[in-house]
Amino acid sequence: MGLDFSVVPAFAGALLLGMVWTIAITVSAAVLSFFGGIVFAVIALYSPALIRYPFRLFAWLFMGTPLLLQLFLIYFGLIQIGVDLPAFVAGVIGLGLHFAVYNSDIIQSGILAVDKGQYEGARTLGLSRMQTLRKIIVPQAVRAVIPPIGNNMIALLKDSALVSVIGVAELTLTSQMAISRTFRPFEFYVTAAACYYVINLGLEAGLRRIERRIQLAR
Amino acid sequence: MLRVFPYFLQAAWVTLQLSVLSCLLGLICGALGAAARLSRSPVLRLVGATYVSVIRGTPALIQIFILYFGGPQIGIQLEAFEAGMLALGFNIGAYMTETMRGAIISVDRGQNEAARTLGLSRFETFRAVTLPQAMRLMIRPLGVNINALIKGTALVAAVSVVELTYTAQRYIGSTYKPFEMFFLAGAIYMTIIYVTGHGVSWLDRRAALK
Repeated sequence: MGLDFSVVPAFAGALLLGMVWTIAITVSAAVLSFFGGIVFAVIALYSPALIRYPFRLFAWLFMGTPLLLQLFLIYFGLIQIGVDLPAFVAGVIGLGLHFAVYNSDIIQSGILAVDKGQYEGARTLGLSRMQTLRKIIVPQAVRAVIPPIGNNMIALLKDSALVSVIGVAELTLTSQMAISRTFRPFEFYVTAAACYYVINLGLEAGLRRIERRIQLAR
Repeated sequence: MLRVFPYFLQAAWVTLQLSVLSCLLGLICGALGAAARLSRSPVLRLVGATYVSVIRGTPALIQIFILYFGGPQIGIQLEAFEAGMLALGFNIGAYMTETMRGAIISVDRGQNEAARTLGLSRFETFRAVTLPQAMRLMIRPLGVNINALIKGTALVAAVSVVELTYTAQRYIGSTYKPFEMFFLAGAIYMTIIYVTGHGVSWLDRRAALK
């Protein structure tokens, strides 16, 4: 059985729609993981011990286990305790939480690297603890750690392929549907890989622009 | 929970085999990739750069699917375990290429120049001066790659290899105890990662002492 890529164009529309879903899930999960990462970082560093230690345990558990296992837990596990999330929502929550924990780790080191004088200065000027964190510390910390967070976002794009196993009709699952009709796995998976590669190039270019702008703003 | 425990242990053994074999393959691919990227031949450099860019620019899951489902179309017929192991090894090899290359180029240039001035050939300089120093620098970052690889072995559940994640999912379906199954599988993954992490730290300390 030779290769025949001429079967691919017939599914161009479906694959394009799959790409749109891949981008939608990546962007939604990226936004969730970014803000989630900030919240988690603040909890891990500043909350009372009663919250901080259980939270650190949760973070440790999330960083030490595979994303696929977490997706199975969130999607199939929650159904069994009566929470029936749509696959897309479960996928965004799973991906978003997983990368929020990784982002939180990076942002924590960013927060700790902000000069202590900034905190003391803001408190002296009469800002509350919360205001100081929100307006002085976090913006500086986040700006410093944008490049490693960007790397996480690239990993997130590729890991978004995993939500196909819980039934989100993104690029990978769309390719599988096309394969079940044509029995041409090689052609469609290579096409899907090429699509991911193109989205990846776009994402990398976007991240480089953001990094440049942040450097100019400093 | 006690009833399913033996199945989880069996699955853990599969996960462990996958991790070790694809790690070895990854180290070989990484060494070859780094050599290609740092070579004097532009063709080899292009091959190395393409390998890294293509593998790191596409999802590992798709790479496994191409090899396992697409392989027979180009004459490569593999068992799910073999396909998963090979795909994971090639995948992590691209990341290890960058780790090894980074360690090699971060060895001080003066070391290289001094060795060449003392009359060592290019190869001798690399073997006796650059490589030993680079090895020390690459242990920890390679440990990070290996940590990602161990968690990445879960992907082969998607081609029905009966490893830990596949087993957890199967028993989530049949026992209706999702959280227990998750914690059981999670605990085994974390044990493997914890032990590996300690092994890497031990190597790192030993290398630093010399």
